[in-house]
Amino acid sequence: MSLLSNTAALLGKEVRTEFRSRELLTTAVVFILIVIVLFSFTFDPTSDESRRFAPGLLWLAFLFAASLMLQPCFLREQNNDTLSALRLSVSDPFAIFLAKLAANTFFLLITELFLLPFFSIMYNVPVVPVLHWLLLVFFLASLGISIAGTALSAISAQARMRELLLPLLMLPLLTPILVASTEVTKSLFDRSPYVQWKGIGFLAVFDLVFLTALWLFGEYLLEE
Amino acid sequence: MLKKVLAATAVFVLLGAAAYASFFIAPTDAKQGLIYRILFLHVASAWTGLTGFFICFLANLLYVWRRQPRWDWLGISSAEIGLAFTSVVLVTGPIWAHPVWGIWWTWSPRLTSTFVLWLLYVVYLVLRTLIEEPDRRALFSALFGIFAFIDVPLVFGSIRWWRDQHPQPVVMGEPGSGLDPLMYRVLFFSWFAMLALMALLLRQRYRLEAMRSDLETVKHEMEAA
Repeated sequence: MSLLSNTAALLGKEVRTEFRSRELLTTAVVFILIVIVLFSFTFDPTSDESRRFAPGLLWLAFLFAASLMLQPCFLREQNNDTLSALRLSVSDPFAIFLAKLAANTFFLLITELFLLPFFSIMYNVPVVPVLHWLLLVFFLASLGISIAGTALSAISAQARMRELLLPLLMLPLLTPILVASTEVTKSLFDRSPYVQWKGIGFLAVFDLVFLTALWLFGEYLLEE
Repeated sequence: MLKKVLAATAVFVLLGAAAYASFFIAPTDAKQGLIYRILFLHVASAWTGLTGFFICFLANLLYVWRRQPRWDWLGISSAEIGLAFTSVVLVTGPIWAHPVWGIWWTWSPRLTSTFVLWLLYVVYLVLRTLIEEPDRRALFSALFGIFAFIDVPLVFGSIRWWRDQHPQPVVMGEPGSGLDPLMYRVLFFSWFAMLALMALLLRQRYRLEAMRSDLETVKHEMEAA
């Protein structure tokens, strides 16, 4: 039980810290908007072309944004010298990771949902009929990005040039998420939309595998 | 010294024999002619590279568990050597593909996933250069190595599942499917020779890393004194 209550308390702390400044959310939203606009120059965003390219573009933008958003996750603790205090305050260090990855998933989801209407209008893709399925994909993919990303940001926080390093660690590792979520989104944006259960199952498996790895190796990631 | 020379000679004799077998013993492919013989280098290197990454994964696990520097030395050595063999795969692949498929590179599942695998271990090496403190470098790179290795089946799975609808190469899409039994034997022999080469390189690289680590310790002591 203490794991859950610890996690809840830490999650509250993460969310409060972010909502005081809203630095992450603002930066990520603006970043993705820029990417969406820039991408429109690389192909003709008519309805048919959009259906083909937009899902990949959308997920690439989210992935790049995530590699920025996950940056401060452990860096903040390090800069403020709060990591040891954090470790001492919880009985199970896994609670720290659970809280951080829940917060990151939450921030990513907010950003994604905020940008979805813009994307839908600008790229001429109807999202409302398949919204509930999109939400499921967004959730599973964001969770996967956050689980792996939180672990990797604990690694990159230990190194020099950490700002450059995190995308390097994250992006190749998250290839499966990019492939699966792009394919599922593509089938949802189809003229006759359908749900690719294979892809949704795959995302769930990815989440589960990395959550287990984090549970097994998380405490070593917090060593100083 | 004598032992080293003998071991190296044995490995080179093996490699020579493998090369001879690939060129003169294995029968010529009916459709591809001579060029297919690159298979014995290409596929054997791929298997050897994967073996290297698997050793790296085991070494990473052992380091996290036991915290002995030697597992770190084995980790870096096997990662580098795995990367070298995988680079051979990525270079010989296009050389083979060009005459047979008519293009140097196709984003087929195998090529793409091998490339991502290669990238993951390049990142592993980059990460190591960016952490100064030896214990910390060993621990955090080991943890990344573990995550990267866990990711490999997922990368292969995702790319194979979804990227397979692309047109497959015209002739003999899958090297290894329906090989002549003699070809198989030559292939396994080549793999064996490559593994011997890997063992030789691994031993040398491991020693180098051990010496580097000793040097680092001595330097630290001198600075402290």
